[in-house]
Amino acid sequence: MRLDISLSPEILFHIGPLAISNSFFWLLVVSVFLLLGVFWLNKSLKMRPGKIQNLVEMLVSGAYEFVETTADDKKLARRAFPLVFTLFFFILISNLITFIPGQAAVTIKTADGMVPLFRAIIADYGLVFMMTMISVLTTQIVAIYVAGPFKYIGRFLNFTSPLNFFLGLMDLIGEIAKVMSLSFRLFGNIFAGEVLGAVMLFLFPFFLPLPFAFLGLLTAVVQAFVFAVLTLVFISMAATVAEPEAESVK
Amino acid sequence: MEVEAAKYIAAGLAIGLGAIGPGIGEGIAASKALEAIGRNPEASGKITPLMFVAMAITESTAIYALVVTLIILFA
Repeated sequence: MRLDISLSPEILFHIGPLAISNSFFWLLVVSVFLLLGVFWLNKSLKMRPGKIQNLVEMLVSGAYEFVETTADDKKLARRAFPLVFTLFFFILISNLITFIPGQAAVTIKTADGMVPLFRAIIADYGLVFMMTMISVLTTQIVAIYVAGPFKYIGRFLNFTSPLNFFLGLMDLIGEIAKVMSLSFRLFGNIFAGEVLGAVMLFLFPFFLPLPFAFLGLLTAVVQAFVFAVLTLVFISMAATVAEPEAESVK
Repeated sequence: MEVEAAKYIAAGLAIGLGAIGPGIGEGIAASKALEAIGRNPEASGKITPLMFVAMAITESTAIYALVVTLIILFA
């Protein structure tokens, strides 16, 4: 037995020029599962909630209250909540689904040899990068919308003094670094969790992986939470940063 | 030195050195948060999520080191 760890997802098969990797396949499964769940829940909403509806209502209203206290702005919370909660819920479900036992045993035969059918969705950098781009682009759009395009550019290219110019450049680098830090944090944590689990299974398959599985469970929840909260914090910072500047100008 | 051996040493050094700073930083964050909860236990609901976010941000340099290590080892 040897350790099989690859940074990129394995290709299962090709549809024309499109390569279907195992994480993409699994992503489709999770998306369909979530959509069907939401449709079913939407249809079976009642005035007197059942057990599942109660649970979901508790989760959603708790999350909404948290978003409201973190954003500190009722209107912003209403607007940002769908994006933030979707990100959180999707990352959470796709992380938790990797804890269903027996997945690593299922392999299928392809041109490149045996390939596992399942892979943690978040352990594919492509998807994490896209989610990060959604979050960062939303932040930038909010910033442009709130500050106006000229002021938005003026924040980065400030020619009033050499120091301000330098600080503006640093701001610009900071905005670009957000893409890296957000995406690497999520990807690195989940992928490292997978590798850690694999290594521990490789060392001693009984009992030893158990505490690391608990650690992975904690990471799965905390990282989903952190990704969503950082998105929220970036958006609310972008939405409020223009106001004190506007006061100092007049 | 063989390339393979150099790779392993580089990977070990990268994550080992990269984990020092964030380890200390996260310890400070946790100790301060616990101190704050000790002073004002009612605020623990507000402090704990913020502590997690702060720790995750502190952790990011360690994660960069980790990603570099993984790329050295597996890519």
